[in-house]
Amino acid sequence: MRYLYYPGCSAEATGKAYDISTRALMGKLGVELVELDDWNCCGATSYFSVRELDSFAIAARNLAIAEKQGDEDLCVICNACYTTLAKTNRYMAESAEVREAVSGALGAVDRTYSGNKPVRHIMDVLVNDIGLEALGEKVTRRLTGLKVACYYGCQYSRPMGDFDDPEFPVTMDKFFQALGAEVITDFAGKAKCCGGMMMLTKEEGALRMCHELLKGAHDAGADVIVCACPLCEMNVEGYQPRVNKTFGTNFDMPVMYFTQLAGLAFGADPKQLAIDKQIVSCDRVVAAIPA
Amino acid sequence: MAEDRIAVYFCHCGSNIAGKVDVDKVVAWAAEQPNVAIAREYKYMCSDPGQDLIKEDIQQHGINRVVVAACSPTMHEPTFRKAAAAAGLNPYLLQMANVREHCSWVTVDKGEATEKAKRILNAQIHRLPFNEALDPIEVPVNPAVLVVGGGIAGIEAALKLAATGKKVYLVEKNPSIGGHMAMFDKTFPTLDCAACILTPKMSAAGKDPNIELMAYSEVVEVDGYVGNFKVKVKKKARFVNTDTCTGCAACLETCVVRKVPSEFDQGLGKRSAIYIPFPQAVPLRATIDAEKCLTLKGKKCKQPCVTSCGPGAIDFEQKDELVELEVGAIIMATGFELWDPGQDARYGYGRLDNVITSLEFERISNASGPTNGEIVCKNGEPPKSVAILHCIGSRDLNYQEHCSRVCCMYSLKFSHLIKEHLPDTEVYELYIDMRCFGKGYEEFYRRLMDEGVHMVRGRAAEVTDLAMSPEEEGRLIVKTEDTLLGIVRRIPADMVILSSGLAPAKDAKAVSQTFGFGCSGDGFFLERHPKLEPVSTITDGIFIAGCCQYPKDIPDTVAQAGAAAAGALALVDNPTVKVEPTISYIDPEKCAGCHICVGLCPHVAIRYNEELKVAEVITAACKGCGVCVAACGSNVPQQHGYLDNQIFAEIEGAMAF
Repeated sequence: MRYLYYPGCSAEATGKAYDISTRALMGKLGVELVELDDWNCCGATSYFSVRELDSFAIAARNLAIAEKQGDEDLCVICNACYTTLAKTNRYMAESAEVREAVSGALGAVDRTYSGNKPVRHIMDVLVNDIGLEALGEKVTRRLTGLKVACYYGCQYSRPMGDFDDPEFPVTMDKFFQALGAEVITDFAGKAKCCGGMMMLTKEEGALRMCHELLKGAHDAGADVIVCACPLCEMNVEGYQPRVNKTFGTNFDMPVMYFTQLAGLAFGADPKQLAIDKQIVSCDRVVAAIPA
Repeated sequence: MAEDRIAVYFCHCGSNIAGKVDVDKVVAWAAEQPNVAIAREYKYMCSDPGQDLIKEDIQQHGINRVVVAACSPTMHEPTFRKAAAAAGLNPYLLQMANVREHCSWVTVDKGEATEKAKRILNAQIHRLPFNEALDPIEVPVNPAVLVVGGGIAGIEAALKLAATGKKVYLVEKNPSIGGHMAMFDKTFPTLDCAACILTPKMSAAGKDPNIELMAYSEVVEVDGYVGNFKVKVKKKARFVNTDTCTGCAACLETCVVRKVPSEFDQGLGKRSAIYIPFPQAVPLRATIDAEKCLTLKGKKCKQPCVTSCGPGAIDFEQKDELVELEVGAIIMATGFELWDPGQDARYGYGRLDNVITSLEFERISNASGPTNGEIVCKNGEPPKSVAILHCIGSRDLNYQEHCSRVCCMYSLKFSHLIKEHLPDTEVYELYIDMRCFGKGYEEFYRRLMDEGVHMVRGRAAEVTDLAMSPEEEGRLIVKTEDTLLGIVRRIPADMVILSSGLAPAKDAKAVSQTFGFGCSGDGFFLERHPKLEPVSTITDGIFIAGCCQYPKDIPDTVAQAGAAAAGALALVDNPTVKVEPTISYIDPEKCAGCHICVGLCPHVAIRYNEELKVAEVITAACKGCGVCVAACGSNVPQQHGYLDNQIFAEIEGAMAF
């Protein structure tokens, strides 16, 4: 199994652990990831809100490179990158105006793109290409007894719902159940927004959203929250002290990239998965997993 | 043969056609065409003066062929053909040119519309010389009527027809008639008890000598045509002899399988494997659920039902029975399904306790329901706060675009019932708009506001059990934007009622195909004309009534049922009916007897004549679908009104310039 791999900007900075653990996990599963040559920002958040067409062009440059580089599907780990790239495909397919403008922009840098490169979320690849049964068989260290809150985030399956329900996704729940974990399937915040970039502009609002998520997971008895997006991960993990200060709470909730926790189940060691880079210590999570 | 003298009439249809097509230009052009003797325009050809133009020209100017360029032939071809016939012209010498649906309504550019109108018109001018005079075929009418569906619509239609002395077959798929209305507690806005007004009608339908009630039965096949339908009905095995069963219910008490979720109680109550769905059931007969009964599943059972049954009515050997009916008309009254709110995960139905559907609340508030009419949560405690969420699955582009028309009113009814049972309970109605359009409805809305119900203008965004404050702990929280206050609210509630919309029955499409008519885009049965023929279908002799056509309340359903009964009666009260002569025929001299058409005919209207070794069309059975015409390798079957030379002339006319 071979995929083109788009790490995205965050994976080189705050989300480095996501990239490291993804490579380790996929290595354990025997999946080859070929990093996209000379990739650029996907065009997410700020671009999309202010200059949508520019963001399509930026995203399409990555897709154009991918199309030239290989026939494999493009595997993406960040929710925002995934949505932006997939959305670009959809808009190019459905709007002649967008298609022409984007083609014009690519033409200026001597590139072309047909609009047909499949963009796949890593979870889609795991659950639908490898399959839950095969995954279950490869587990070397089952996550028995671990209570996991799967936090999908707002852009995991919204708005398209290509591989899961947009409002109440379940693929990550099934994934961790296959790995032996006890998943909190009715985690009310699972597809809620974490506050996103609002943490920088209107912190009070974003903290309230993080508070709701943390409280939901905590009240349901979660041992750990797992994420599929670098921004979600940073907000929910890194802002816990400020949430505690603002709302008088006392959260000390381990938050991990889902690839980190899954990597443990497939036999990678914590260091290989950059688990030591987490802000809230995950030692007790690692310790809780039966050897 | 006399020379062809064609008259062309171009209808403006107000501005519907004239707003896009340059009528003067097309008419001036038409007047110059070969065989055209007269070309006229008129604002509304379908009006009396418009029709008179045709009649006068036929009688005074020797017109012997007519083309009316106007709307779709499904709309007014019968109108104009009648006018032609009244003036002495064979109606099949009149053709419609559809310059509205096929041209002015769908063309943006005026110049293009004008050119297209000329082509459409020219096709008919070229065709007309080849048209033959045809005579309608007169066939006898069977006076019996089949009513499919035993809800309030079907019951009402059956009773009306039976009162005229006609034989009515009332087919219902469930063990009892009564439909959804039998499940309701009260009805809005008068608060009559639903059972009190429905059960007398159910009982009358069960007793009427003109009504043959076929409950627990389904239509499996329909053949034939207006006045002469042949219908196969499957009477499902009840495993109880309905002639000897007295409905005493003794068997129900003894059955060892007791925990089957009751369909009638929306799964909130339990029934036994042998059951009567509700005490007022008609027919009041027991039915054994073959999927639950131990004996029928091949397991061991002491069969206490058999020993407890005085008349010995239990019959485990009973089989499904196929009954063939012959009727002249059919009324479809197959109803609706409640939209399943589990499809929209945000509201937590099926996941959060005490999030219930409107139909479940009907059963909870009903004195004969699973809680004996006590409004209580799952833990048996009465709710201190109830939120009623409107437009679940309705007016939502993700699911159903349509408004379900009854939810605002039944939601208000719920508020009233809650306030009546539990005066101290807070009730919130979360609505988009209040649609209280019927007689006495707006007044009922006002009354409810006086009863202290909180009206919150906002579509509920989500129901969650994630408490963010002490007063929310252990309760459901409804999140919404209150668009009148301009704020986001979290409303704590102990019970959330989802006012689910009405959806087409899951098998609506399949059923419509069995009977040979269609569904509209929303999935409900398609009426022949939304305003003027709301209870007819495109198939002559088949009528529709009630919620199978579109969501409607009980008053509208009853009115429509009456209209459908009148439509059916107007047909079956005649000894004969005229059917279109546009059917196919096979020239025995040319037929090679290859059998291809015999097997393909969907209406079994072609038989093989063993003596002559050729295929023959059974005139009375042919529906004029054209399959045999298209299929024959030797081009032998031809269809009147659609002869090869007529079609080719039409194509030539359309492609002439």
